[in-house]
Amino acid sequence: MADKYVGRRVKRTEDPRLIKGLAHYVDDIKLPDTLHVAFVRSIYAHARINNVDVSEALNVPGVVAVYTGKDVADKVGPVPCASALPDLKVPDHRVLAKDKVYFVGHPIAAVVATDRYAARDAVDLVMVDYDDLPAVVDVEQAAAGSTVIHESFGDNIAYKMSSGEGDIEAALSSADKVIKQRILHRRLAPIAMEPRGVLARYYPGEEELTVWSSTQIPHLLRTQLALMIGIPENKLRVITPEVGGGFGSKLNVYPEEALLGWISMQLGKPVKWIETRRENIQATIHGRGQVGDIEIACKNDGTLLGLRYNVIADLGAYHQLLTPAIPTLTGLMLSGAYKIPAIQINITACFTNKMATDAYRGAGRPEATYVVERALDLVAAELGVDPAEVRRKNFPAANEFPFHTATGLDYDSGDYEAALNKAQQIVDYKTLREEQKRLRAEGRLIGVGVSTYVEICALGPSQAMPAGGWESATVRIEPTGKVTILTGASPHGQGQETSFAQIAADELGVDLNDVTVIHGDTGVVQYGIGTFGSRATAVGGTAVLVAIQKLKAKASKIAAHILQTDATRLSFEGGKYSLEKAAASAAGASEPVVPVGEAPAAALPEPETNGRTSLTIQEIALAAHLAKELPPDTEPGLSATYFFEPKNFTFPFGTHIVVVEVDRETGDIKFLRYVAVDDCGKVINPMLVDGQLHGGICQSIGQAMYEEVVYDEQGQLVSGTLMDYALPRASHVPNFELDRTETPSPVNPLGIKGVGEAGTIGATPAIVGAIVDALSPFGVKHLDMPIKPETIWKAINTSH
Amino acid sequence: MKKAINVTVNGVGHNDEVEPRMLLVHYLRDVLGLTGTHVGCETSLCGACTVLLDGQAVKSCTMFSVQADGASVKTIEGFASNGDLHPVQEGFWERHGLQCGYCTPGMIVSAAQLLDRNANPSREEICHGLEGNLCRCTGYQHIIEAVEYAAKKAAG
Amino acid sequence: MIPAQFDYQVPQSLEEAIRLLAQDPDSIKVLAGGHSLIPAMKLRLAQPQLLVDIGRIKSLSYIKEEGDQILIGATTTHYELESSELLKSICPLLPACAKSIGDVQVRNKGTIGGSLAHSDPAGDWPAAALALNAEMVIVGPGLERVVKAADFFVDLLTTDLKPGEILREIRIKKPTGRFCHAYQKVPHPASGFAVVGVAVNLVLNGAGDCEAATIGITGVGTKAYRANGVETALTGRALDAATIEVAAEHACDGVDANSDLYASSEYRCQLARVHTRRAIEAAVATR
Repeated sequence: MADKYVGRRVKRTEDPRLIKGLAHYVDDIKLPDTLHVAFVRSIYAHARINNVDVSEALNVPGVVAVYTGKDVADKVGPVPCASALPDLKVPDHRVLAKDKVYFVGHPIAAVVATDRYAARDAVDLVMVDYDDLPAVVDVEQAAAGSTVIHESFGDNIAYKMSSGEGDIEAALSSADKVIKQRILHRRLAPIAMEPRGVLARYYPGEEELTVWSSTQIPHLLRTQLALMIGIPENKLRVITPEVGGGFGSKLNVYPEEALLGWISMQLGKPVKWIETRRENIQATIHGRGQVGDIEIACKNDGTLLGLRYNVIADLGAYHQLLTPAIPTLTGLMLSGAYKIPAIQINITACFTNKMATDAYRGAGRPEATYVVERALDLVAAELGVDPAEVRRKNFPAANEFPFHTATGLDYDSGDYEAALNKAQQIVDYKTLREEQKRLRAEGRLIGVGVSTYVEICALGPSQAMPAGGWESATVRIEPTGKVTILTGASPHGQGQETSFAQIAADELGVDLNDVTVIHGDTGVVQYGIGTFGSRATAVGGTAVLVAIQKLKAKASKIAAHILQTDATRLSFEGGKYSLEKAAASAAGASEPVVPVGEAPAAALPEPETNGRTSLTIQEIALAAHLAKELPPDTEPGLSATYFFEPKNFTFPFGTHIVVVEVDRETGDIKFLRYVAVDDCGKVINPMLVDGQLHGGICQSIGQAMYEEVVYDEQGQLVSGTLMDYALPRASHVPNFELDRTETPSPVNPLGIKGVGEAGTIGATPAIVGAIVDALSPFGVKHLDMPIKPETIWKAINTSH
Repeated sequence: MKKAINVTVNGVGHNDEVEPRMLLVHYLRDVLGLTGTHVGCETSLCGACTVLLDGQAVKSCTMFSVQADGASVKTIEGFASNGDLHPVQEGFWERHGLQCGYCTPGMIVSAAQLLDRNANPSREEICHGLEGNLCRCTGYQHIIEAVEYAAKKAAG
Repeated sequence: MIPAQFDYQVPQSLEEAIRLLAQDPDSIKVLAGGHSLIPAMKLRLAQPQLLVDIGRIKSLSYIKEEGDQILIGATTTHYELESSELLKSICPLLPACAKSIGDVQVRNKGTIGGSLAHSDPAGDWPAAALALNAEMVIVGPGLERVVKAADFFVDLLTTDLKPGEILREIRIKKPTGRFCHAYQKVPHPASGFAVVGVAVNLVLNGAGDCEAATIGITGVGTKAYRANGVETALTGRALDAATIEVAAEHACDGVDANSDLYASSEYRCQLARVHTRRAIEAAVATR
């Protein structure tokens, strides 16, 4: 059966409500008598709290209550960390600071008032008496000692860890060349356009708490909140209404989520908190934050022998949900798209007086890709060969998959050279390099950057995940024939309401508009894991597919029963079960006969079965609900649930080629071309895949050229608003030229690899490579991000 | 302390008493319940709160509702008429100009203003016209295509 | 996000506004477009007791020619200046400068008077006002006075406006002869404010030599300034590439340049020199 929807640019079903302004994000939900919460946050990076005086704040008209760290210390449990690493130091992370504050923005007190204006006014009147302490800001100084942040630990090192296979010492000592480079991955702020927000409502009679939160993980959040607040998990319902972007920043459990739930239980009224953008930059997780040293060993012919990466990771003051795990993901992907026989990562993860780092789009893998791709560029520069050729030389061939890496992974499938070839063809690489040479001779600074990345997606097998790596789906056909899908994935902009409906509509042979995808409500949807790690379609979509197959197995039995044949003699096409031709003529019933007789008591029509040779799946659904004509021992109803456990990760890959021109006087960077050939396996909806790539590349441009969370020496957040923290705007991005290769993943029956993070992972090294290439006439080999015009101007003017 | 205001929003007149400090965006969202207009920053930079004030795109977070007394406001909820999408809304749907949808209402309002002043904008002019609106999902390419679609559509 | 409480008055005339302001000039702020004031209030960096909204005084918004002058009302919006066909033909520096301010929404609401009175060191209008030798018409209780742009910008966020005074009008002598204009700007990628903004106003003689040059630069120092060194190096000379280049080198003479996360003082001066040169070239190219 030809797919009617899968593989096509189907317009999103979620869009009408969004483009009309009729969708509901957390702050759009209005409950009567809602109280509003505002937070008092630390203005110091590190300080002792002597006293918190709330008396004046309580006098503000409209203020109902003010809670401090003392009030909640033994009432609300600690903020959880799901990463279990050997000898990991885990600070006691309370929802409100009690004796000490550890970062600017650390919540100290929660003010509750009848409206948000009054709550905000009262925040200014909470008097906090601090003793300022020396702040640990620089992560290398944190590693070296000096001030200890969490005194009981004795030092600031949260954990140390080494991993990798192969003999790295031998590789380094036997190599023709060993190239070293220090490399910085600056802290980034995810900046989902919708800041975080929580609305909590407690019904004291029913003893039920409902928490609406802008989160990527409603079920995991429910479990954790139940533990933190001490409410039975089945009395707690988490709803994620529309979520305005996450990028990993909402893959977490935050103090505010637990506090709002608890406050609602204390006051018996709905309470709401909507994060401001300044709070968002202070107290929502940051991404990246690594200082690393690369050593790459190779032969003179460019063959890679080994890679060592010594990294100090800046974890911030506390662990959030996955904080310590992020640097370990960097270690996993250090082989990149190459055969590197020996790899070693040595992680020193440190506490600093800053907000926690955690998963931001790519989560540890962009760091790895950046390390490997920069290393390959350095090898190419050292050997004087084209960066594309060094890459090509070290690719595993398409027939070498599954490919085992020295980081312990088995890449599922790939044809890295095909993607590189295609990208080079699109950009006309040979001509481009000649043109570059010609323009260089004229004094123009043209640079070409190449990245041939591979990433790890579809997270992932449960063995490798802190809290389950499967995903769930329930598919049900209602009596009226409408198809309902309940997915445990919790999309927030990616478009799975459409792509899952595409899968279902094709599999069931129904119209796309007859399918509704429901997600993000623990009161309605079976337990699920959530949307992150480019997993929702590969893992959650597969769960949908298999649930449909289960449902169809039942449907075919019912069909066979009604059509008085054997299920093996039925074919399914276009949404109908039909008797195969031979069987149909044997039954002598090729003409459908309209039954004559009384209508059933209910308003629903009887399925028309008598003498028929085919039944639509919707007719079967009705029959299954009426349950008058079911095979023996068959449960009524037509629904199936499946929890899909993937056996491996998937490994999407691709080639990005970037051409830039640098203005030698000002250091301005202009994009001349941006070509990306990505392979994310089978594609459900090319339009959505393009959108994911555009957005991911755009965030890479931000990281490469604009974005950095900056704390000063006192730990004050210097880039605390969008006046200082620059997100790319429309005029900052080039026209993206996208193409694809398609190598199905053998890991799931849909052949999908995932695409949510590819752009963010693949693009940064290509952009940086292009800029560095443009500056190579000045002897520039590496520049740290963000590469601002001034960075370039200085590089040009200090190299002479 | 409160001030009486009269504001026409999407063609409907409203008389309310508001604190002078109430931002227009809070008046629209919290008093009138028109929650399509969003708040995305606190420094007048993201454009998620953009509405038309007497036909001109403005950031409703950088205006007090008292300043809108006597004015006519059009929010995203007023863009579709009789069930027909505005060409810009249609463009955003056709060309996948949105993902999470949070910046979208402001983006649509700004795009409509842009096309109102320049029926056939170049890519560069579109980018200039959308300079006041941040999107973190789309990388802007599909947004630009959405505006181009709307321009073509409006031209017939 | 939420400002502190204040009271709000809408005067019907400038005289009434002056009277309201006189009650307590220190704790009362004048509100026009609000695009400098309201962001500061939302961060509670400004907490005025009373706002006097002159944005509704219709007679304060105009662009007109009168004799040899261009008169601009203080509450004229950036967009009105950007889109004025009159200005495009008689004084193109003004629309060019307006077009580079902030974004569409800001230009629709923000006013030239508000921007000048705020004197943000990275604001665009001060550069243009200096380059055009604008005069500021200031009214206060019982008096009206005129201050030249060069005397108006006093220091960081400080102008010659005294408490209780309001900027009413901007007057510019209509450019005559073979004049040429350009505005070049490096916008901060986040805020859109000028890292460097250069406004160039040249008058050429029949041979194409520079008869007069007035150049205003913003973003570099604590306040916008006239680039006297550049002007002197251009005046009386043929505007060939070498002359322009040498002149532009003086863009930051005597200026203590700002330094921030985006641009050090050293780099800022480089930008000022390069963009001064480019702005002069761009201006000359229009002739």
